[in-house]
Amino acid sequence: MSLEQFKNRNVGTQNYKTLDLGQSPTSGMGKFTQVIKRSVKGELFVGLWVTIREMFNALFRGNMHTVKYPFEKLPISPRYRAIHDMLRLLESGSYRCIGCGLCEKICISNCISMDTRYDENQRKEVSEYTINFGRCIFCGYCAEVCPELAIVHGPRYENASEQRASFSLFEDMLTPIDKLNLQQEYDGFGAVSPNADENIKQTPLAY
Amino acid sequence: METTLVENLPQVTAVGVIIKAVIILAVISAIAGFGTFVERKVLAFMQRRLGPMHVGPYGLLQIAADGIKLFTKEDIIPQNANKLIFMIAPVITAATAFIALSSVPVFPDFIIPEFIPLLGGTFVPSIASDLNIGILFVLGMMAAGLYGPLLAGMSQANKWGIIGAARTAVQFLSYEVVTGLSILAPIMLVGSLSFVDFNNYQAAGIGSWMVWQQPVAFVLFLIAGFAETNRTPFDLLEHEAEVVSGYATEYSGMRWGMFFIGEYANMITISVIAAIVFLGGYDPEATLGWLTIILKIGFFFFLMLWVRAAWPHVRPDQLMWLCWKVLMPLAVVNILITAIVVMV
Repeated sequence: MSLEQFKNRNVGTQNYKTLDLGQSPTSGMGKFTQVIKRSVKGELFVGLWVTIREMFNALFRGNMHTVKYPFEKLPISPRYRAIHDMLRLLESGSYRCIGCGLCEKICISNCISMDTRYDENQRKEVSEYTINFGRCIFCGYCAEVCPELAIVHGPRYENASEQRASFSLFEDMLTPIDKLNLQQEYDGFGAVSPNADENIKQTPLAY
Repeated sequence: METTLVENLPQVTAVGVIIKAVIILAVISAIAGFGTFVERKVLAFMQRRLGPMHVGPYGLLQIAADGIKLFTKEDIIPQNANKLIFMIAPVITAATAFIALSSVPVFPDFIIPEFIPLLGGTFVPSIASDLNIGILFVLGMMAAGLYGPLLAGMSQANKWGIIGAARTAVQFLSYEVVTGLSILAPIMLVGSLSFVDFNNYQAAGIGSWMVWQQPVAFVLFLIAGFAETNRTPFDLLEHEAEVVSGYATEYSGMRWGMFFIGEYANMITISVIAAIVFLGGYDPEATLGWLTIILKIGFFFFLMLWVRAAWPHVRPDQLMWLCWKVLMPLAVVNILITAIVVMV
């Protein structure tokens, strides 16, 4: 293969097609016939038909696209890294966190601070655990490094609050003990969205 | 021209006319407000949105919220504006729109029941003033309404306003000829300018509607009516993407609201004219006769919203080109053919 062929950056089949737009008429008669053609062609009625069709689809066939956001939410992907959740063990209801401190160690913005102690069963537990969400960059390292799947990223993406500390206490992030049966298991970072099937569009095979 | 006096009708008194005027003012203002709600809803549905939903059931009280906002907003008059003209201009638009409605039949005539004190037994006519030149008066009034945008745009010391005023003049020069010429052919057929005569001419049912005899005039009148009410294919005066708000750039609060009410009242007037002149109007005898004209008016109103959702708008030069080079010759040819048919 010669050098010229490598240097040819015009990849593709070079099979361009020009649209047949025709010449714009110059003579008076040509202009006149163009006006007549465009007037009786009925393209405007196609526009009217499309809008009324969409209206009927929206009203009677459930094609309305509005999501009434604060009242209904679209499912978010498990890959989304929102405010953290602290999970409990499903059987006993006690904390999953064993106080190993890996998340505090790996946190690149230094926003996790924790303190641990031994409880009455000589089991290590966290006594203080806060995340400073003013500094957190939601990189997800803490959830990835946790050996017990105790700290995960939850679905709470509405971060607006009166003060940043509102989200940061351990008890705020912990699953409430009475809602233990509602605790969602963390699918992990490679998981697909719950509505992935709806979002899949056909890829043209010729591509 | 023959008179349109009907002997068996009760006497029209000044009190009845005043009551009618108050009814028109109140109801049409309310309908104009409701029209904004309908417009937002219809446009939203056509774009697969929900439209206003939160104020009241299905957003029905959105009009009230908008009204409170409009009434309580600060009325700003720009520093270098011609204050008097700036303040009067919106009144011209709103007033002419309602004056035009005074000689259009809206709502059936009725007699106030006897048990109501003072006003009992007063006959309230369907037309506040049954002029025998009704169509001429309405079209003239609606044309005079264009002074509102023109003066507003020129008085506000704002470049967008000036452009809006210039476009008002362009639009005015373009469509006014077509409106007059297109409605001239039906007038020649009926031989009268009174709306009542038009209504009686088509009283024999759908087959006698003017639209079958004058389809070209109907289409031309609709197109010119869209231009007259600044509706979408011809909304050059205040097209946001090009001239901010055109003549209404510096207006706020209730003065801007008056432009709005005037525009919607004009839409209703054009719908009424089209319904009476071309689509058979109302049936004064039948109980539900007035329902038919309300349906027709509703259809034309919906058509205006529908077209707004579907079509892009034209340039000012395209509007002039369309009106002078296409529509006006068509209207003249239509009149010629009508005249020959009437003569023979």
